[in-house]
Order: sequence, then structure tokens, then C-alpha cells
Amino acid sequence: MLELAVKGTKRYWSWVVLLLIIIGIGFSTYLMQLKTGLGITGMSRDVSWGFYIAQFTFLVGVAAGGVMVVLPYYLHHYKAFGRITILGEFLAIASVTMCLLFIIVDLGQPMRALNVIFYATPTSVLFWDMIVLNGYLFLNILIGWNVLEAERNNVPPPKWLKPFTYISIPWAIGIHTVTAYLYCGLPGRGFWLTAILAPRFLASAFAAGPALLIILCLIVRKLTKFDPGKEQIQSLAKIVAYAITINVFFFLCEVFVVFYSRIPEHMDHINYLFYGLHGKGALVPWMWASIVLMVIGIILLIVPTTRRNEAVLIVACIAVFAGTWIDKGLGMISGGFVPNPLHHVTEYAPTGPELVITLGVYGIGFLVLTLLFKMATGVKEEVSA
Amino acid sequence: MMENARRKFLKVAGISALGLSLGTKSVLNVFASADESADRRGKKTAAEITENKKALKAKHWGMVIDTRRLRTVGDLKPLIDVCHKIHNVPKFENSLHEIKWIWEDEYKHVFPTMESEYLADSIKHIPFLLLCNQCQNPPCVRACPTKATFQREDGIVMMDFHRCIGCRFCMAACPYGSRSFNFVDPRTGLDESGIFNEFPTRMKGVVEKCNFCAERLDVGKMPACVEASNGAIAFGDLEDPESDVRKLLKENFTIRRKQELGTEPSVYYIV
Repeated sequence: MLELAVKGTKRYWSWVVLLLIIIGIGFSTYLMQLKTGLGITGMSRDVSWGFYIAQFTFLVGVAAGGVMVVLPYYLHHYKAFGRITILGEFLAIASVTMCLLFIIVDLGQPMRALNVIFYATPTSVLFWDMIVLNGYLFLNILIGWNVLEAERNNVPPPKWLKPFTYISIPWAIGIHTVTAYLYCGLPGRGFWLTAILAPRFLASAFAAGPALLIILCLIVRKLTKFDPGKEQIQSLAKIVAYAITINVFFFLCEVFVVFYSRIPEHMDHINYLFYGLHGKGALVPWMWASIVLMVIGIILLIVPTTRRNEAVLIVACIAVFAGTWIDKGLGMISGGFVPNPLHHVTEYAPTGPELVITLGVYGIGFLVLTLLFKMATGVKEEVSA
Repeated sequence: MMENARRKFLKVAGISALGLSLGTKSVLNVFASADESADRRGKKTAAEITENKKALKAKHWGMVIDTRRLRTVGDLKPLIDVCHKIHNVPKFENSLHEIKWIWEDEYKHVFPTMESEYLADSIKHIPFLLLCNQCQNPPCVRACPTKATFQREDGIVMMDFHRCIGCRFCMAACPYGSRSFNFVDPRTGLDESGIFNEFPTRMKGVVEKCNFCAERLDVGKMPACVEASNGAIAFGDLEDPESDVRKLLKENFTIRRKQELGTEPSVYYIV
């Protein structure tokens, strides 16, 4: 099937070349980081995880979000999603690839990454995160490839694949739960120390993932002869509506507990993010923008007339995606580090090189996504022709 | 099988003494040669690693800082300086790259959960000494995915700079901000003539922190800050009822940082 990815129009190749250029610039900047150290980033002793780990966290969500097309199809026999499960699985592959790369670029000694296997430490959540992420990548490659090949050959997918498909459903929940456990089990980090963190991560994942998938479906419809389908897109939109509403509800639960109990170690971080602390508040406009975007998303997705209008639906999906990205990709990680355990406020902002490396990783993710979607839509076009 | 020679080496008390007794060789070189010969000759090398007879031992090392006797920045400076000097802790202009093993701060930052507006002036404005708490229940050790940070039997939480992958999970896990990361090559922040040969310098991309002067205990010396404190800091075995630290704890009211987290710090403050 790989041959389908290398047959394309001029526009397809220009896009691939553009991504390769972005990847190249990102990679050469990464070589600079490898030489100088993580000192080229904006991270510090106080904010020891920054943009890379935040993107990783957000993208684990996007990867897990793919399960929102797999679950209704395989567990509820919702036939309509059969057309697009492959898109969800391939989106998951691209996202997990980026997750793993973001971890690698965040390591101070990446050449020693395999120490996590050589000296496996089950008490460390990072050890488990490595297992669930690689496992999820493997599952999605296995399932996606075989399902697509079966479709191409006009036969049902092999029977032995069924158990893997069923396992992949709780596994998707698992990747984001374990990722939340990286943070929520740490004493002295009041912002993360809450049992709602994993459910909140999942809710925002099931909003961001399918929202991106809707956008991708609409792009696929425009650029290829394969139409993912109106019903499919509308069902996804309903899923996004529920998930983003639950996400905001979970957030408000957290806000109530924190501000009614008024325990400073828990309150200070949210205060920092939304009002600023000790005169420092670089993230304040971003956080409010995130809230506004998510609320706009909720309104546009809940009101049937706006949800059914695909032009408006795109706006709603962009709002949801951007809102959840700010929430997790900007606020969630540095918010947990500010103020620091000694209640000093050291702010964090990513540097230029840090952003370029981030862009490079996104470039790789989008390249993987492009090649996989090209294959998937190619097969779909073949089958319908 | 996985346990390599360097690690055994780090665990056996008195290794630094071996380095010293070899005279010209630095500790770092001894590590390297041990690694190589271990590969070649297997177990035979392990027999050469012997314990220093002078090594100080305890079941659980602990520290009691008498803040009544350490009142000013000037009182603390020599302690901080000597530690950073003998552990080759670099200095950087860029505060984001700061590395510190031991430092000072105000009460409200050291004990943020016990802050009070009407605190006695004698406590409110004096500097408190901060270092790794050598927790008995260390969240950093739990979080580390490679056991690069580990706890010795005597309670000291150590770093294996050669195993650390630089993921900084331990820094997120530490509720005391005791850990530093080498964002750049630490040797660029050291005055070359001032490099102290009895302790290795680090490379970029690894985490470091106070080690209760494990390398000094192993050759029979007290921690450098304790030695420089003129008796204001006591150091000893918390499990020995007759030890100085236990006597001080019996006679004085002491507090520990963020006790409510259950990390069981081994550093006590008399206030």
C-alpha cells in the first residue's frame, strides 16, 4: 500500500516538501540543542518542564481521541463509523509518534534513553508511560494496516485482529490516564494533585482528538474523491460537544474545590494562570482566551442549527482545538510549576529555538499523517471506483 | 547482571579513599578504570574495591540545624561556599541555569505552609539554610525511571550522574526544590584553576543535588557544611538514641519542611 503514498499531485508533493523543509530546520536546531544543552530553551530550575512536555501531554490526548471513532464502531456496531475508523487510527499513529519525539527532545541525555529499559523501574510512572505509548503505537499500526489492506482486497479484516482491536479501546484510555498520573501523583505540586486530572485529561482529549478529526475529514473531502460522510461528521460533532462540555464541567469542579477550600497550595497556581501572582501573569490572556474559545465551542456545538452547518462546525472545531491546546499545551505544565515549591514566581516562556524544534516535531507528525492519510484515501478511492 | 561495576563502586563505602590512596589518579579516573577492568576480568575487580576502615557509618543519617546560632547571611555564606567549592558546583550569569546544592531563604519560603503574618521578628527575617532533605520516603526516587537517583541503606539519596537520562521527573517530584539540572555544560561555569579534584564535575543534561557529603563520610569526614558550622549543625545517626542529633531532638522543639507530605525529611530545624 505504500506505493499509494508516493503517487500524488503537484500540490501533494509541494506540501510534503514544505513539511520536509520545516523538519530540516527543526532538526538542525535540535542538533544545536544537542550540542549546547537544554539551556537554549526557556526552562529553568523552577520550571523544569516546558513546551516540549506540554505538547507531549496535549498530543497524547489527540492520540487517545482516535478511540472515539473506534469504540462506537466495534462496541456499539455503529456502522457509519466503519468508513472513518482508519482515519482515527492513523491520526493516533501520527500523534503518538510526535509524543515519543517530544519526550526524546526533552531529555538532557537522549543517548541514554534506553536506560529506561535497561534499568526498568516499575515505581516510575514514566516507565509505564513508555510501555503504554509504544504499545498504543504498535496496536494502531497493526490494526490500521491490516484493516486497510483487507478493505483494499475487498475481504473482511482477519479474525486474529479482533482481540487487538478490543484491547486498543481501553489502551487508549490507558495512555492518557498514565500520562495524567505522571503529574497527579506528585506531592507538593498542588495544581496537579487532584484525582480529577486523569478524567479531565480524557475529556479534553475526546474533545480535541475528534475536533481535529472533523477538520481532517473536511479537508479529505475537499482534496480527494473520498467523502468521509455527513452523518459521520455530525456524529463526531456530537461527541466533541459532550466531551468539551464535560471538560469544562470537570474544570469547574476543580475550581470549586480549590476556591471553596481556599487551600493556598492549590489556589495559587490557578490564581497565577488566570489573574497573575506577585505581579507576574504572562499566561493570563491565554488562559482567558482558552475559556472563551471552549465556551464558544460548546455553544456552537450544542445548538443544532450551528452544529449542522458545516461552515460553522469548522469554526467550532477550531475553537475547541485551540482552547484545549492552550489549556494543556500552555497552562497545564508551566502552571504546575508556578509558583515553585518555595512559593517563588519564576515565569516560563519558550525561546525561539525551542519553538522551532517544536515545529520540527509537528512537521514530522504532519508528514506521517499526510502519508498515512494519502494511503487511506487512496485505498478508499480505489474501492469505490 | 544489570548491576554494573561503577554502581557497585558507588555503593561501597570508602571508594573515595581508594582514589586518594592511589595518589595521582582522580576519583573520576578511578571510576573509569574500574569500569574497564571490570569488563575485562569480571568479578576479580570487585574484590579490589574495599571499604575504608575510617568510613563513618549510620543506620539513618540525619541533620539538626540550630537556626538560633545561624542568624545572618554572613553566618551561612561560608557553609554554602565550601559545599559548592568541594562539589564543583558551577556559577552562571543566567539565573535560569542556576545550580545549587545548599542555599538560604526566608522562613515564609522555607516553610510556606507554616507562614504567619505575625511571626516573631527573630524568625521572620533571618535566613534559613536549605538543602536536600534526604527524605526517608523520597518522591524523587519513586519517580526516577532509571534508578539514577536511589537511596542508600543509610538513608542518603544519591545521584548516579552516569545513568541519569535528564528527564527531570525527579525535579517535578521533589516538593522542596532541592534539585538542579545542568542546562549547559557545567564546566563552563567553573573556574578551571578552582576545580576540586576529589569530586567529579558533571556533564550537561543531568540532574544533581546535595548528597549529604557521602564521599566525605566514606573517608571518615563529616559533611563540609557541618564542619564549617562551628557546631551549629549537628550530624549523626537518627536511629542511635545516644547520638548528638537524637539528644538535640530530645531537648529542643524542631520542625521539618512540609511534614504534612509524609516524605519524612532527615533534616530538622531548631527554631
